[in-house]
Amino acid sequence: MPEDNNSVVIENLVKQFGDFVAVDHISLDIRKGEVFGFLGPNGAGKSTTIRMLCGLLTPTSGRARVAGYDVGREPESVRQNIGYMSQKFSLYNDLKVIENIRLFAGLYSVPSNQLQARIEWALEMANLKGQENLITGTLPGGWKQRLALGCAVLHKPPVIFLDEPTSGVDPISRRQFWDLIQHMAEEGVTVFVTTHYMEEAEYCNRLALIFRGKIVALGTPSELKRDSMKGELLLIECEPLGNAVEVLQSAPDVIDAAVFGNALHLVVRDAAAAIPQVKKYLSDHSITVGHIEKIRPSLEDVFVSLTTERDSGKERKA
Amino acid sequence: MSFTRFLAVARKEVVQILRDTRSLIIVVIMPVILVLLFGYGVSLDLKGLPIFVYDRDGSQQSQDLLKRFQASAYFDIVRVVNDYPALTRALDDGHARMGIVVPWDFSERLHDGGPVQVQALVDGTDDNTANVLIGYAQAVVQGYSSDLQLDWLRNHDQPAQPASVSVETRTWYNEDLESSAFIVPGVLALVMSVIGAFLTSLTIAREWERGTMEQLISTPVTSLEIMLGKLAPYFAIGMFDVIVCALIAIYWFQVPFRGSFLTLLISSAMFLVVVLALGFFISVIAGSQLAASQIALLITFLPAFLLSGFLFSIEQMPVVLQWITRILPARYYVSVLKKIFLKGTPAALLYADLVPLTVFALVLAVLATRAFHKRLA
Ligand SMILES: Nc1ncnc2c1ncn2[C@@H]1O[C@H](COP(=O)(O)OP(=O)(O)O)[C@@H](O)[C@H]1O
Ligand SMILES: [Mg+2]
Repeated sequence: MPEDNNSVVIENLVKQFGDFVAVDHISLDIRKGEVFGFLGPNGAGKSTTIRMLCGLLTPTSGRARVAGYDVGREPESVRQNIGYMSQKFSLYNDLKVIENIRLFAGLYSVPSNQLQARIEWALEMANLKGQENLITGTLPGGWKQRLALGCAVLHKPPVIFLDEPTSGVDPISRRQFWDLIQHMAEEGVTVFVTTHYMEEAEYCNRLALIFRGKIVALGTPSELKRDSMKGELLLIECEPLGNAVEVLQSAPDVIDAAVFGNALHLVVRDAAAAIPQVKKYLSDHSITVGHIEKIRPSLEDVFVSLTTERDSGKERKA
Repeated sequence: MSFTRFLAVARKEVVQILRDTRSLIIVVIMPVILVLLFGYGVSLDLKGLPIFVYDRDGSQQSQDLLKRFQASAYFDIVRVVNDYPALTRALDDGHARMGIVVPWDFSERLHDGGPVQVQALVDGTDDNTANVLIGYAQAVVQGYSSDLQLDWLRNHDQPAQPASVSVETRTWYNEDLESSAFIVPGVLALVMSVIGAFLTSLTIAREWERGTMEQLISTPVTSLEIMLGKLAPYFAIGMFDVIVCALIAIYWFQVPFRGSFLTLLISSAMFLVVVLALGFFISVIAGSQLAASQIALLITFLPAFLLSGFLFSIEQMPVVLQWITRILPARYYVSVLKKIFLKGTPAALLYADLVPLTVFALVLAVLATRAFHKRLA
């Protein structure tokens, strides 16, 4: 397959810390201009994967090419062609906004005849015009993240890696941040972004769901919602919730049950047939059933369904 | 090696130092305080110190000399005694800080033109005070001696060129003292250790702790650029502090400076490379700021303080310690400092110190470069 300069190609990537396998044979192929989401709970291996792709961690085995360069053998070329935002905010809090921008412009060797234009561009993009002289540490979370993104793309890299760029940021700033990401992708930048916010995953062109170091599903958000559920989804409002989950998990025909907010999501093979059975089963166990209906699964449902499947698989083996 | 990237790192480091009060204090105020502390530690309250005199000659000349002691602001002749035991008792009891003994043949020897020595018995309990006392006594006697020579030049009716008078020191408790002038130059080694090793030991560890290192190493900047960019500002600061401290020593504390300033700068630069590389190395391996600063203090500041010959003379240490001092870069630097300041030894004759210092600088610079990797694990 011909390799596009803007793509990320990962083949059987493994990272072990001692005996612990943090990333377990991951293979992916990411296209130019794609917003690729890497979704998974804490500890799934998202950051570890990103760090290997940025040449910050040496893979235990496997290969990855980023922007046409091998991360193991040509980490320096990789670094000149990527922008990276680490999970923890990691610009210099004691520097002014403009000093951080200048620093990264220097580190990326932005040519002096483009320097001023790039600085203006970054300030514009991060919506920090007029705030150049503020001390970075005093900025609100959302501004900091935009500044970090600005600093990471000063050299116009074809590929950017964003590790939970919106964690701990208010919803409005999160929305703005995703607008920026979309905008960059439209200009042909490949964006590899991790998140554990399910609703953000909807903004991605494609998603990989990672769990315990393994990719458990891959596709567009709608493909995942359509194909990955092993059954149909019911929403049940009932009282008391805690008991209901326990009771339903051992009920016949129920694949899975989980609490979502103040209601239950129930995975069943056939929704129409299951509704009366579930109602009866719950009242038999003296649980009051309010509302019950069939719903379209969200990504979160898909994720819960896929990971519990894995969990029970593990238990069986153990 | 890209100059743009090096400059970006260095500039950022300078801004951070300037914006951090704690670093600023260490960089600007601490060196001055250290010099003053040790400079004044040896000269505080040193006016009108009680001395006893034992004039065994009892001539006009010996009286002239003793009058000069009395006239000096530093001394106060509280008693004239007639035997040694009275002197030593006074020193034991603390009634006198120093005893001056004029030999019985003082005027006779002066007349004959032979060298004459006046004895000074010093209370050596407090090294520093004793050093200063001896210095002052030497100054008084020196003054007397040169006046004699001047007199002779003016009227040649005296039979022979008069003898030079000097002070022979006997320390009461501590037989071997070094002059106060020996201490202040050595402070430079202390200052360099703090600036070099202590401050730089924090710089890498701090970036790992705050997470900024991860962002930094995701850029094309190389390990060497990071290292040089981080150390260059501290090198400049260190050189600045060397100059400030040297000037205070020379102009404020009147420490003689007999060597060349260039030699001082070159050897200081060498020692700075040693401590900077060491600090960087520690910072890379220590992981946390706390551990780094403690290791730095333990392996640079303390030895510079105790084993470099700065305060305590190496010759008097137990043989094992003497051997240990050989692996301490500070020892060679202190030795160079004393030679440049007090003896005016030219650079060419300092090889015994400069060669080891250069070897340390090279080895540690290489170690530091090797130690730092742009990798997380
Ligand atoms: N340097 C390391 N040494 C040992 N274990 C690590 C290291 N880095 C990460 N891990 C472990 O690897 C797993 C995956 O971590 P990470 O990639 O940070 O997850 P995520 O970013 O998805 O939350 C976690 O269990 C974490 O504890
Ligand atoms: Mg993470």
